[in-house]
Amino acid sequence: MNKKLKTLAKGIFDVSPLMIPVFPFGIIYGVIGMELGIGPYMTLGLSIIIFGGASQIILLQLFSGGASSLVILSSVGAVNSRHLLYGAVLSEHLSTLKLTWKIILSYVMVDQAFAVSNTYFKNNRKNKDKHYHLLGAGFTCWTIWQISTILGIVLGSVVPKELGLGFTISLTFLALLISDFRKFKNIIVMLTSGIVATIGYNTIPFKAYIIVAALSALIVATLLTLTDSKKK
Amino acid sequence: MHWSLIVYCGVITFLTRFSMIFLLKEDIFNDKTKKILSFVPAAIFPAIIFPPIFLDNIGNLDLDNNPKIYAAIIAIIAGYFSKNIIATIFAGLISYWFLIFIILN
Repeated sequence: MNKKLKTLAKGIFDVSPLMIPVFPFGIIYGVIGMELGIGPYMTLGLSIIIFGGASQIILLQLFSGGASSLVILSSVGAVNSRHLLYGAVLSEHLSTLKLTWKIILSYVMVDQAFAVSNTYFKNNRKNKDKHYHLLGAGFTCWTIWQISTILGIVLGSVVPKELGLGFTISLTFLALLISDFRKFKNIIVMLTSGIVATIGYNTIPFKAYIIVAALSALIVATLLTLTDSKKK
Repeated sequence: MHWSLIVYCGVITFLTRFSMIFLLKEDIFNDKTKKILSFVPAAIFPAIIFPPIFLDNIGNLDLDNNPKIYAAIIAIIAGYFSKNIIATIFAGLISYWFLIFIILN
Protein backbone atom coordinates (compact mmCIF):
# COMPACT_ATOMS: atom_id res chain seq x y z
CA MET A 1 0.00 0.00 0.00
CA ASN A 2 1.50 3.37 -0.89
CA LYS A 3 2.11 6.17 1.58
CA LYS A 4 -0.93 8.25 0.59
CA LEU A 5 -3.38 5.40 0.93
CA LYS A 6 -1.80 4.37 4.20
CA THR A 7 -2.19 7.88 5.62
CA LEU A 8 -5.77 8.04 4.34
CA ALA A 9 -6.55 4.72 6.01
CA LYS A 10 -4.94 5.94 9.24
CA GLY A 11 -7.25 8.96 9.18
CA ILE A 12 -10.30 6.74 8.78
CA PHE A 13 -9.08 4.42 11.53
CA ASP A 14 -8.26 7.25 13.99
CA VAL A 15 -11.60 9.02 13.65
CA SER A 16 -13.79 5.91 13.75
CA PRO A 17 -14.24 5.69 17.54
CA LEU A 18 -15.44 9.32 17.54
CA MET A 19 -18.23 8.34 15.14
CA ILE A 20 -20.09 6.42 17.85
CA PRO A 21 -21.79 9.54 19.31
CA VAL A 22 -22.04 11.22 15.88
CA PHE A 23 -24.30 8.50 14.55
CA PRO A 24 -27.17 8.95 17.03
CA PHE A 25 -26.75 12.73 16.78
CA GLY A 26 -27.32 12.47 13.02
CA ILE A 27 -30.39 10.33 13.55
CA ILE A 28 -31.77 12.82 16.07
CA TYR A 29 -31.10 15.66 13.62
CA GLY A 30 -32.97 13.81 10.84
CA VAL A 31 -35.94 13.06 13.11
CA ILE A 32 -36.14 16.71 14.25
CA GLY A 33 -35.97 17.95 10.66
CA MET A 34 -38.95 15.78 9.81
CA GLU A 35 -40.86 16.76 12.97
CA LEU A 36 -40.43 20.44 12.15
CA GLY A 37 -41.86 19.72 8.72
CA ILE A 38 -39.08 20.94 6.42
CA GLY A 39 -39.30 17.66 4.50
CA PRO A 40 -36.75 14.99 3.59
CA TYR A 41 -34.94 16.90 0.82
CA MET A 42 -34.20 19.99 2.89
CA THR A 43 -33.30 17.91 5.94
CA LEU A 44 -30.70 16.03 3.90
CA GLY A 45 -29.79 19.19 1.96
CA LEU A 46 -28.72 20.89 5.18
CA SER A 47 -26.48 17.95 6.06
CA ILE A 48 -24.78 18.11 2.65
CA ILE A 49 -24.58 21.89 2.19
CA ILE A 50 -23.80 22.96 5.77
CA PHE A 51 -22.33 19.73 7.16
CA GLY A 52 -22.22 20.85 10.79
CA GLY A 53 -24.52 19.31 13.39
CA ALA A 54 -24.74 22.23 15.81
CA SER A 55 -25.30 24.79 13.03
CA GLN A 56 -28.00 22.66 11.43
CA ILE A 57 -29.91 22.24 14.69
CA ILE A 58 -29.66 25.96 15.48
CA LEU A 59 -30.92 26.75 12.01
CA LEU A 60 -33.94 24.47 12.52
CA GLN A 61 -34.66 25.73 16.02
CA LEU A 62 -34.49 29.41 15.07
CA PHE A 63 -36.43 28.85 11.87
CA SER A 64 -39.26 27.08 13.70
CA GLY A 65 -39.26 29.92 16.26
CA GLY A 66 -39.80 32.43 13.47
CA ALA A 67 -36.37 34.10 13.49
CA SER A 68 -35.28 36.25 10.55
CA SER A 69 -32.68 35.12 8.04
CA LEU A 70 -30.14 37.64 9.33
CA VAL A 71 -30.43 36.32 12.89
CA ILE A 72 -30.20 32.73 11.67
CA LEU A 73 -27.11 33.53 9.60
CA SER A 74 -25.30 35.31 12.40
CA SER A 75 -26.19 32.57 14.90
CA VAL A 76 -24.82 29.94 12.53
CA GLY A 77 -21.71 32.09 12.09
CA ALA A 78 -21.31 32.40 15.86
CA VAL A 79 -21.57 28.63 16.41
CA ASN A 80 -19.00 28.07 13.71
CA SER A 81 -16.53 30.68 14.94
CA ARG A 82 -14.67 27.85 16.70
CA HIS A 83 -13.57 26.65 13.26
CA LEU A 84 -11.45 29.79 12.93
CA LEU A 85 -9.35 28.33 15.70
CA TYR A 86 -9.11 24.95 13.99
CA GLY A 87 -8.09 26.58 10.71
CA ALA A 88 -5.44 28.70 12.40
CA VAL A 89 -4.02 25.69 14.22
CA LEU A 90 -3.90 23.55 11.07
CA SER A 91 -2.69 26.31 8.72
CA GLU A 92 1.03 25.64 9.24
CA HIS A 93 0.55 22.04 8.10
CA LEU A 94 -1.62 22.87 5.10
CA SER A 95 -0.10 26.14 3.84
CA THR A 96 1.85 24.54 0.97
CA LEU A 97 -1.16 22.72 -0.48
CA LYS A 98 -2.93 23.73 -3.68
CA LEU A 99 -6.13 25.78 -3.41
CA THR A 100 -8.30 22.82 -4.48
CA TRP A 101 -6.95 20.78 -1.57
CA LYS A 102 -7.56 23.63 0.86
CA ILE A 103 -11.17 23.91 -0.34
CA ILE A 104 -11.85 20.18 -0.07
CA LEU A 105 -10.20 19.86 3.35
CA SER A 106 -12.04 22.94 4.67
CA TYR A 107 -15.37 21.44 3.71
CA VAL A 108 -14.74 18.36 5.86
CA MET A 109 -12.89 20.05 8.74
CA VAL A 110 -15.41 19.22 11.47
CA ASP A 111 -14.66 18.92 15.21
CA GLN A 112 -13.88 15.20 15.21
CA ALA A 113 -11.67 15.30 12.09
CA PHE A 114 -9.79 18.31 13.44
CA ALA A 115 -9.18 16.57 16.76
CA VAL A 116 -7.58 13.44 15.32
CA SER A 117 -5.74 15.03 12.38
CA ASN A 118 -4.25 17.81 14.49
CA THR A 119 -2.68 15.16 16.70
CA TYR A 120 -1.47 13.21 13.67
CA PHE A 121 0.03 16.33 12.03
CA LYS A 122 1.96 17.20 15.16
CA ASN A 123 3.43 13.70 15.40
CA ASN A 124 4.14 13.24 11.68
CA ARG A 125 5.57 16.55 10.51
CA LYS A 126 7.87 14.85 7.99
CA ASN A 127 5.12 12.98 6.12
CA LYS A 128 4.53 15.23 3.12
CA ASP A 129 1.24 13.48 2.37
CA LYS A 130 -0.08 14.04 5.87
CA HIS A 131 -3.11 15.94 4.54
CA TYR A 132 -4.50 12.59 3.40
CA HIS A 133 -5.10 11.90 7.07
CA LEU A 134 -7.55 14.81 7.30
CA LEU A 135 -9.12 13.75 4.01
CA GLY A 136 -9.77 10.25 5.39
CA ALA A 137 -10.97 11.45 8.78
CA GLY A 138 -13.13 14.21 7.27
CA PHE A 139 -14.87 12.06 4.70
CA THR A 140 -15.51 9.36 7.27
CA CYS A 141 -17.39 11.97 9.33
CA TRP A 142 -19.17 13.14 6.19
CA THR A 143 -20.30 9.64 5.22
CA ILE A 144 -21.49 8.77 8.73
CA TRP A 145 -23.32 12.11 8.99
CA GLN A 146 -25.19 11.62 5.70
CA ILE A 147 -26.13 7.99 6.46
CA SER A 148 -27.37 8.85 9.95
CA THR A 149 -29.32 11.85 8.61
CA ILE A 150 -31.09 9.59 6.10
CA LEU A 151 -31.86 7.05 8.83
CA GLY A 152 -33.26 9.87 10.95
CA ILE A 153 -35.44 11.07 8.06
CA VAL A 154 -36.85 7.57 7.65
CA LEU A 155 -37.41 7.21 11.39
CA GLY A 156 -38.80 10.73 11.71
CA SER A 157 -41.62 9.93 9.34
CA VAL A 158 -42.82 7.09 11.61
CA VAL A 159 -41.89 8.20 15.16
CA PRO A 160 -44.94 9.58 17.03
CA LYS A 161 -44.71 13.18 18.23
CA GLU A 162 -45.83 12.17 21.74
CA LEU A 163 -42.33 10.88 22.45
CA GLY A 164 -41.21 14.49 22.78
CA LEU A 165 -38.03 13.96 20.79
CA GLY A 166 -37.54 17.72 20.59
CA PHE A 167 -36.10 17.37 24.07
CA THR A 168 -33.23 15.35 22.59
CA ILE A 169 -31.86 18.60 21.09
CA SER A 170 -31.22 19.91 24.59
CA LEU A 171 -29.91 16.53 25.72
CA THR A 172 -27.55 16.15 22.76
CA PHE A 173 -25.95 19.55 23.27
CA LEU A 174 -25.79 18.94 26.99
CA ALA A 175 -23.98 15.67 26.30
CA LEU A 176 -21.48 17.48 24.06
CA LEU A 177 -20.50 19.61 27.05
CA ILE A 178 -19.83 16.81 29.56
CA SER A 179 -16.08 17.39 29.42
CA ASP A 180 -16.74 20.93 30.71
CA PHE A 181 -18.74 19.83 33.76
CA ARG A 182 -15.62 19.42 35.89
CA LYS A 183 -14.16 22.83 35.11
CA PHE A 184 -15.41 25.60 37.35
CA LYS A 185 -14.84 28.42 34.83
CA ASN A 186 -16.68 26.57 32.11
CA ILE A 187 -19.64 26.06 34.45
CA ILE A 188 -19.82 29.82 35.03
CA VAL A 189 -19.64 30.46 31.28
CA MET A 190 -22.35 27.85 30.63
CA LEU A 191 -24.68 29.26 33.29
CA THR A 192 -24.23 32.80 31.94
CA SER A 193 -25.16 31.69 28.44
CA GLY A 194 -28.12 29.59 29.56
CA ILE A 195 -29.60 32.17 31.90
CA VAL A 196 -29.22 35.06 29.44
CA ALA A 197 -30.82 32.95 26.69
CA THR A 198 -33.74 31.89 28.89
CA ILE A 199 -34.47 35.42 30.10
CA GLY A 200 -33.79 36.88 26.64
CA TYR A 201 -35.86 34.36 24.71
CA ASN A 202 -38.92 36.62 24.84
CA THR A 203 -37.33 39.94 25.70
CA ILE A 204 -34.49 40.19 23.18
CA PRO A 205 -35.90 41.24 19.79
CA PHE A 206 -35.54 39.30 16.52
CA LYS A 207 -34.85 35.99 18.32
CA ALA A 208 -31.27 37.16 18.70
CA TYR A 209 -31.09 35.48 22.11
CA ILE A 210 -28.47 32.94 21.03
CA ILE A 211 -26.06 35.62 19.84
CA VAL A 212 -26.63 37.86 22.86
CA ALA A 213 -26.24 34.92 25.24
CA ALA A 214 -23.11 33.68 23.47
CA LEU A 215 -21.50 37.12 23.47
CA SER A 216 -22.31 37.67 27.16
CA ALA A 217 -20.83 34.28 28.00
CA LEU A 218 -17.73 34.95 25.90
CA ILE A 219 -17.20 38.27 27.71
CA VAL A 220 -17.36 36.36 30.98
CA ALA A 221 -14.94 33.78 29.55
CA THR A 222 -12.57 36.56 28.49
CA LEU A 223 -12.69 38.16 31.95
CA LEU A 224 -12.05 34.80 33.60
CA THR A 225 -9.12 34.11 31.26
CA LEU A 226 -7.56 37.54 31.77
CA THR A 227 -7.89 37.61 35.55
CA ASP A 228 -6.45 34.12 35.68
CA SER A 229 -3.32 35.02 33.71
CA LYS A 230 -2.71 38.08 35.89
CA LYS A 231 -2.44 35.87 38.93
CA LYS A 232 0.45 33.90 37.42
CA MET B 1 -37.57 27.81 4.49
CA HIS B 2 -35.82 28.86 1.31
CA TRP B 3 -32.95 26.94 -0.20
CA SER B 4 -31.12 30.26 -0.48
CA LEU B 5 -30.96 30.53 3.33
CA ILE B 6 -29.49 27.03 3.52
CA VAL B 7 -26.88 27.92 0.90
CA TYR B 8 -25.94 31.13 2.73
CA CYS B 9 -25.58 29.21 5.99
CA GLY B 10 -23.45 26.68 4.12
CA VAL B 11 -21.23 29.43 2.74
CA ILE B 12 -20.77 31.02 6.19
CA THR B 13 -19.93 27.65 7.70
CA PHE B 14 -17.47 26.92 4.92
CA LEU B 15 -15.82 30.34 5.24
CA THR B 16 -15.21 29.88 8.97
CA ARG B 17 -13.40 26.64 8.13
CA PHE B 18 -11.61 27.88 5.01
CA SER B 19 -10.58 31.46 5.86
CA MET B 20 -7.77 30.70 8.29
CA ILE B 21 -6.37 27.83 6.22
CA PHE B 22 -6.45 30.10 3.17
CA LEU B 23 -5.06 33.24 4.80
CA LEU B 24 -2.47 32.01 7.26
CA LYS B 25 0.89 30.37 6.72
CA GLU B 26 1.27 29.66 10.37
CA ASP B 27 -0.73 29.84 13.55
CA ILE B 28 -1.04 33.49 14.65
CA PHE B 29 -3.42 33.21 17.59
CA ASN B 30 -1.79 33.65 20.97
CA ASP B 31 -2.56 31.35 23.86
CA LYS B 32 -5.04 33.74 25.43
CA THR B 33 -7.10 34.05 22.24
CA LYS B 34 -7.07 30.27 21.91
CA LYS B 35 -8.14 29.86 25.49
CA ILE B 36 -11.07 32.22 24.90
CA LEU B 37 -12.07 30.55 21.61
CA SER B 38 -12.01 27.20 23.39
CA PHE B 39 -14.94 28.51 25.44
CA VAL B 40 -17.14 28.91 22.35
CA PRO B 41 -19.07 25.63 22.80
CA ALA B 42 -19.61 26.36 26.51
CA ALA B 43 -20.76 29.87 25.58
CA ILE B 44 -23.20 28.86 22.86
CA PHE B 45 -24.61 25.41 23.54
CA PRO B 46 -26.39 26.40 26.80
CA ALA B 47 -28.25 29.07 24.81
CA ILE B 48 -29.67 26.18 22.79
CA ILE B 49 -30.12 23.87 25.79
CA PHE B 50 -31.81 26.11 28.37
CA PRO B 51 -34.84 27.80 26.72
CA PRO B 52 -36.62 24.60 25.56
CA ILE B 53 -36.15 23.09 29.05
CA PHE B 54 -37.18 26.04 31.22
CA LEU B 55 -39.79 27.70 29.01
CA ASP B 56 -43.21 26.37 28.04
CA ASN B 57 -44.74 26.55 24.56
CA ILE B 58 -45.61 30.23 24.84
CA GLY B 59 -42.27 31.19 26.36
CA ASN B 60 -43.20 31.54 30.05
CA LEU B 61 -40.90 30.25 32.75
CA ASP B 62 -42.07 26.77 33.74
CA LEU B 63 -40.47 25.60 36.99
CA ASP B 64 -43.32 23.63 38.62
CA ASN B 65 -42.94 19.88 38.23
CA ASN B 66 -41.31 20.35 34.89
CA PRO B 67 -40.18 16.85 33.75
CA LYS B 68 -37.54 18.33 31.43
CA ILE B 69 -35.72 19.94 34.35
CA TYR B 70 -35.64 16.68 36.31
CA ALA B 71 -34.54 14.70 33.26
CA ALA B 72 -31.81 17.26 32.44
CA ILE B 73 -30.49 17.01 36.02
CA ILE B 74 -30.35 13.22 35.72
CA ALA B 75 -28.54 13.58 32.37
CA ILE B 76 -26.00 15.97 33.93
CA ILE B 77 -25.33 13.54 36.78
CA ALA B 78 -25.01 10.65 34.31
CA GLY B 79 -22.64 12.72 32.15
CA TYR B 80 -20.54 13.84 35.10
CA PHE B 81 -19.89 10.30 36.25
CA SER B 82 -19.86 8.32 32.99
CA LYS B 83 -18.13 10.96 30.79
CA ASN B 84 -20.00 9.18 28.01
CA ILE B 85 -22.04 11.14 25.45
CA ILE B 86 -24.49 8.37 24.56
CA ALA B 87 -25.06 7.38 28.19
CA THR B 88 -25.87 11.03 28.95
CA ILE B 89 -28.43 11.34 26.16
CA PHE B 90 -30.12 8.05 27.03
CA ALA B 91 -30.17 8.71 30.78
CA GLY B 92 -31.97 11.99 30.06
CA LEU B 93 -34.36 10.61 27.47
CA ILE B 94 -35.35 7.50 29.40
CA SER B 95 -35.92 9.41 32.63
CA TYR B 96 -37.96 11.96 30.66
CA TRP B 97 -40.16 9.21 29.18
CA PHE B 98 -40.46 7.59 32.59
CA LEU B 99 -41.64 10.91 34.04
CA ILE B 100 -44.11 11.92 31.33
CA PHE B 101 -45.60 8.49 30.67
CA ILE B 102 -45.63 6.92 34.15
CA ILE B 103 -45.15 9.37 37.02
CA LEU B 104 -46.90 12.51 35.78
CA ASN B 105 -49.42 10.74 33.60
